[in-house]
This record gives sequence, structure tokens and C-alpha cells, in this order.
Amino acid sequence: MSAFQAAAGPDREVEHEQNVATHAAGGLVSKRIIVGYGFWIFLLSDIIMFSAFFATYAVLVGNTAGGPRGSQLFDLHDTAVETACLLLSSFTCGLASIGARMHDGRWFYGAMAATFVLGVGFIGIEVHEFASLVARGAGPTRSAFLSAFFTLVGCHGLHVTAGLLWLLTMIAQVFAKGYRPDILRRVLCFSLFWHTLDIIWVALFTVVYLMGAGQ
Amino acid sequence: MLGKLSWAAIPLDQPIPLFAGALVGALIVFVLAWVTLKGWMPYLWREWITSVDHKRIGIMYILLAMVMLLRGFTDAIMMRSQQALAFQSEGYLPPDHYDQIFSAHGTLMIFFVAMPFVIGLMNFVMPLQLGIRDVAFPTLNSVSLWLTATGALLINVSLLVGEFARTGWLPYPPLSELTYSPGVGVDYYLWSLQISGVGTLLTGVNFVTTILKLHAPGMTYMRMPMFCWTALASNLLIVAAFPVLTATLAMLLLDRYLGFHFFTDTGGGNVMMFMNLIWAWGHPEVYILILPAFGVFSEVFATFSGKPLFGYRSMVMATMAICVLSFTVWLHHFFTMGAGADVNAIFGIASMIIAVPTGVKVFNWLFTMYGGRVVYSVPILWSLGFMVTFLIGGMTGVLLAVPPADFLLHNSLFLVAHFHNVIIGGVLFGAFAGYNYWFPKAFGFRLHEGLGKAAFWCWILGFYLAFMPLYVLGLMGMTRRMQHYDVPEWRPWLLIAAGGAVVILVGIILQIVQIAVSIRQRDQLRDTTGDPWNGRSLEWATASPPPAFNFAVLPRVEGRDAYWSIKQRALRQARLGDEPAYTEIEMPRNSPTGFACAFFATFMGFALIWSIWWLAILAGVGALATFVVFAWRDRVEYVIPADTVASIDRANRSARSATLAQPGIAP
Repeated sequence: MSAFQAAAGPDREVEHEQNVATHAAGGLVSKRIIVGYGFWIFLLSDIIMFSAFFATYAVLVGNTAGGPRGSQLFDLHDTAVETACLLLSSFTCGLASIGARMHDGRWFYGAMAATFVLGVGFIGIEVHEFASLVARGAGPTRSAFLSAFFTLVGCHGLHVTAGLLWLLTMIAQVFAKGYRPDILRRVLCFSLFWHTLDIIWVALFTVVYLMGAGQ
Repeated sequence: MLGKLSWAAIPLDQPIPLFAGALVGALIVFVLAWVTLKGWMPYLWREWITSVDHKRIGIMYILLAMVMLLRGFTDAIMMRSQQALAFQSEGYLPPDHYDQIFSAHGTLMIFFVAMPFVIGLMNFVMPLQLGIRDVAFPTLNSVSLWLTATGALLINVSLLVGEFARTGWLPYPPLSELTYSPGVGVDYYLWSLQISGVGTLLTGVNFVTTILKLHAPGMTYMRMPMFCWTALASNLLIVAAFPVLTATLAMLLLDRYLGFHFFTDTGGGNVMMFMNLIWAWGHPEVYILILPAFGVFSEVFATFSGKPLFGYRSMVMATMAICVLSFTVWLHHFFTMGAGADVNAIFGIASMIIAVPTGVKVFNWLFTMYGGRVVYSVPILWSLGFMVTFLIGGMTGVLLAVPPADFLLHNSLFLVAHFHNVIIGGVLFGAFAGYNYWFPKAFGFRLHEGLGKAAFWCWILGFYLAFMPLYVLGLMGMTRRMQHYDVPEWRPWLLIAAGGAVVILVGIILQIVQIAVSIRQRDQLRDTTGDPWNGRSLEWATASPPPAFNFAVLPRVEGRDAYWSIKQRALRQARLGDEPAYTEIEMPRNSPTGFACAFFATFMGFALIWSIWWLAILAGVGALATFVVFAWRDRVEYVIPADTVASIDRANRSARSATLAQPGIAP
């Protein structure tokens, strides 16, 4: 309410970690806990969305409408490189979190840059795979199987792309604002997001590529 | 340049939508002009549109729900009058338009009446009951509100620009695929639901975090008011179910826009997968709506019986049992799919089991009233009306859960009667009970009692007149969504049903009059103490309307019915507790982020519906930029000094002390 805002005089920058309320089990809850917890709930909802796409893929995987099956399309060599990129990027993302916690610019920027490069590598290979499939007449409109494949894998790819944009924003934020508590909370959320994409990829790599190559 | 959009999109040849659209448009222009001329725009912008206060956001949600209720009810009365007239004739609504009306009616009533109403109530009440100052993520809350408003706006734009879906409130393929629905109607449906769905999901995330992580000192889980428990269950369901809706609608969008084959007849698509996916969201959705209503009734029965809620623990158990079981019954919406006897039997039995915890609740409410001194005020009238009506709806539901019976009743008016029986009798009555119950808390004065009672009697009478005939018609074999019919035996029942809709209309008019009269007589109806009903939970511990910070000092909770024990102690000692030491309070600053997001989302949605790609990209970039700008701000909170807190709280304390001095009246 701006009436109070006016009465409050000049706004004060709130820099310290403050405890905003108490936890049901007793003890105080910090904003870091609340933000991290809330973001976890969001991530769970995201995982549920992926589960719908996974279920759809499982239903439609055999519906090739006379088109190619997974084993005729998937290149396990490329996807292994893709997987390596993403798993390594999770490691570097972890390093970046530690760097941020230590307020160490070299570690933070260096590890974030490595994460970005590995993420771009992942997306690059995926885009290449998609382009080559479409060029071979195995685009998403070819069959229900390919629709489900492109949607599931593409949805993950879109998440990684969004993560890359977020990553750049976080680098800029830390650069412009320093290691403020609210910025560090966002770094925490970003790293949770990035690791979750890794977990989803592990499931995806197994269900789509490894199991698909054997069919 | 403008994609598919051209002058042909304006339905110049159809007078009814054109007139209705022009009326709504004129109304909006009139309101905007009035507000601007009166000079209220800056106030609205500062205090409401950019507000991140959970109480104001809650009020705006409910306002949205009420306005959309008028639109949805207009659709309803058009359908009832069409069916009353269309015996061996075409009636006055051509099939093309009639199909849009029943689709819009269902979509609006579920997504933009029932949902915003219960979310509004949760927004307003839940933080007050938990004894905290705001939800976990206040700005996100504002984003949720405005994205919901965007969805409602897009659906109403379809009245004047283009058309709405003709596919029912759930767009079943293959009818909703591009082959059979080439127009933009289904796209209006899909994009408005996708956008408002993001808002709802964020509400779920926000509220789950709030309820599980933010409490006044001593407010343990088993001391939370029942409404908070039902809000928790409802929001857990939102988090678990809405992503499935998003995924399902995204697949239909991909089918329609990019030629994918999820639900098509060709290319290996699987039509029944849509039914499975949509109801995997759709059945939890009905519990998302009804559980908060159950919470309202729990509060109302306890307060107006002057007794603690009977069987609190069993109520918590029942709520959480429903929360889990609601995910195990979705297939009963399409027993006729032909999944086989075993599958149908399992889902039939699961559907009957879910009636058990609901039965537990009904008995608990009955025992809460038993032995109590029941005050027959408007909120408890709605609650009693609910108990009888919902019981009937629940029993017809169990009937429909028997697969062989369902084969006969599937898609008949019996089904339509059943779900209106539980949604009007349950969700809407609950919403109205909560509206009458918490109105004085929100605005500082009570609603007019006599008009409230009159509205209730019109609604309940109208409801029975309008929907009991539909049960009969369903058993006589009349299917839903019929634009005209030739069976003479149906006619009298449809005329009664139309009459019922008119009685409900009188109830709605009385509700509008109730607001107007209550505002005029607000000084007589004033609630000075903040506890007009002799309440039990913490929202009654603060002033009406509550200050921005809710509580000057976070209340210390020592048991269930937290405020009741504080009040009883004050009564015993004939004085309030000692004045607390006031300190300054930090509150989140207002932010236009939510409104800006919705502004861009509206253009993005509209552009995507009409394939105006450059505008979609531009609006998407705008929405992204809004977030970055929000992330860049340095001052996120403002401070209310201790003096201001003290003067606000002392005013309320002196009002309560004054009441305490009068014998026989609770503070």
C-alpha cells in the first residue's frame, strides 16, 4: 500500500538474509529455504509435464505408420557425445555454485562459461540430429512415433535453451549486482533447474535412445 | 501482415454475438472512461493493478469470477431457452452458434468462474488463517492473477473477433483437429487455457510453498484451520495435474499448427490417448475445485455452531485421501471407450471408494452442528443447501460409477444433471458461503442479511427446478448438447428447466442488489472489531479490513482454533493481552510485473491464434524483457515504521476493548 510506502520514507535496501516466518516444525525459515523449496515444487511440476510426454511416447512408439523405427534413425554415437556434454555441464554448473558461494569470480565466471559452452554443444548436436532427420523425410509429421519423439526430445531441448538464456542472465546479474543474497538465491534455482534437466535427460536417453536402438 | 485476420472475422451476419460483443465492448469502454474521468486511474494502478498484497489479489480474482459468472450464466439461459423453444423447430440459435455457446459456457464456468473464485478465496483467507503477512512469492501471485485475466479476456474477444470452439468444454479429437475444426475457435480455447494454466500452476507452486513453509509461531500442521488443509490438498493437485493439461493441450496445438500426429485419425495417432490424458488432469480438477469449498463449509459449520470442528483429524485424513484417490478414477469419464470389463471394474470401484472420505466429511459437519447453538445466517444457509444438494449429486455420481449403468447414461442429460449437481451444489454454494462469510473481513462491513437469504432461496429453488428435470430427461434418453429435438415427452421437462434458470436469474439479480444495498448501508453493517461472527481462526484476530501487514505482531499459536483460545482468555480476564512491543515491518513493494506480463501474453495469445507471427515473437520478447527488468530491481521491500504499525493496531485494540466491556459480547 503506497500510503504506507510514503509514510515509510526512503526505501531501504534489504541486503541481509532475513527470516520471514517460522516453520511448522519449529525454528525459523530463511528466504533461501523458501525460494529453494518453491523452486523444487515447480521442478516437480515440470517433471510431471515431462512424464505426460514420456507416457505419450511410450504409447506411440510403435505407431510408425509405415515409416522408420527408432533403430533405423538413432545414432548412438552422437547421442553419447550429447550425453557427455550435458553430464559434464552439470559438473561445471556445480563448480559455478561453489564459486558463487565463495564469492570467487574466477571460479564462478569460468565454470558458468564452461557450462554455457557444453550446453551450446548439446543443443548444437540436437539441432543437427533433428535437421538430418527432417532431411531424410523422418520429420515429426511423418508418423505418430516421430511426433512423440520430436516433442519429447524437443521439449527437453527447449528447456536447455531457456536454461542457457537464464545462464547468461545470471552471469550478467552477478557481474552487475555482485553476490547479493537475492542473486545467490537465483543462482541456486538455476543450478537446481540445470541438474533437473540432467535427470530428465538420463531418463530420456535410456527410454528413447538406448531402448529405441534395440527395437 | 495480419495472418488469418481480416474483416471477415467480425460476425456481421450473426446479430446475437455481434450485439453481445458490442455490449461488452461498450461496457468496458464506459467503465474505463468513467474511471479515467473520475481520476481514479492512478489510484487503481497504484493500489490494485500493481498490488502484490494477497488480500487485494484475492478480491480481484473473485471479482473476475463474478463478472465471468454473469457471462457464463448468459450462455446458460440461452441454452435453456433454446431447448425450451426448439421442439420440432430450429429455435432461435443456429447449430453453429449453439455449439459455441455450450462450449464457452463450460469453459468459462470451470476455468474462469470456479477456478478464480476458489483461488481468490484461498488467496484472501489462507495467509490470514496461517497468521502470516503474505504468500511465499507475492509478485508471482500477481503474475498468476493477470495471466488468468488474459485467458478470460481472450475467450471474450472470440465473441467479436472470429469464433469460439464448437467442440465442448474439452476439445475431443478428432473433432478438434484441423481437419474438422479449421477455424480459430479451438485455437482461442487452447491458447487462453495455456496462458491461464501457467497462472494457475504458479498459484499452486506459490500456495504449496506458503502452506508448508510459512506459519505463525506455534502453527503446527495439525493446528492449521481446515480451510488451509483443503487449500494445501487443492494446490498439491494443481501442481500435479495442471502440467498434464499443459502437455495435452500442447500436443493438440502441435497437431493443429504443425501437422503432428498425436490425436489424428491418420499417421498412427491415437484419439483415445487424448481422453486419457485430458481426464488425468480433468478428474483431479474437480477436486481442486471442491476441496477448498469443503474447507469453507468446515469453517462455516464450526463458527455458526459455536463449536470446534468435529473430527478434525479424520477431516484431515479424508482431505488427503481424496487428494490421492482423485488420481485413480479418471477412466470413469469414458467407460464406453471399451477398455474391457476388468479395467472398467477397477475404475468403477475406485470411483465408489472416493465417496467414502466425502461421506466422512458430511458426518463430521453434521456432528459439528449437533449440540451446537446454530445461528442461521447466510453462510450456513449456503452450507446446509450444499449438504442436501451435494448428497444427491454424490449419489447420482456413485450411480454413474457403475459401468453398466454408465453405458446407458453416458453423454445423456443425466450426466449433465449430475455434474451441475456437484459443481453448483458444491463448488458454487461453497464459494457463495465463503463470499458472505469473509466479505466483512475484506471490506469492513457485512453483506445485507435479508437479501442474502432471498438470493439463497432463489438459487436453491431455481437449481432444483433447472436440474432435477435433466435427470428425468437423461433417463428418458435425451443426450446432451442437442440443438433441437422432436420428442414431445421431453418438452414439459425442458420448460420446467428453463423456468428454473429464470429463478436462478432472480437469485443472481438479488445478489447484485445485495452488494448495492450493503454498500449504501455500510455504516449500519459496519464490523468495527474485526470479529463479526464470533470466529475461531486467526483471520478474525485482526482488523476488518486487515492492514497491509495483516498482523502487527505475528500471533503466537497455542492450539487448534487459535483465535478462539486468545478470545476466551481475554473474556475470562475481561481485558485484552498486554500491548505488544511494535517493531517496523518489511513488506514487498508493489510491482507492475504481473500486469506487464499479462499485457504481452494477451498480444502473444491473440497473435498465435491468428498466425500473426511477428507480433507473437515481439510479445514473447516483451514478456521475457519484463522478467529481466523485474530481476534487475534493487529495492524489493519497503518498511512500515513501528509508529505506524502501533497506531493502526491500537485503533483495533481499542475497538475490541470497548466490546469486551459490554457484557455478554465476545471481543
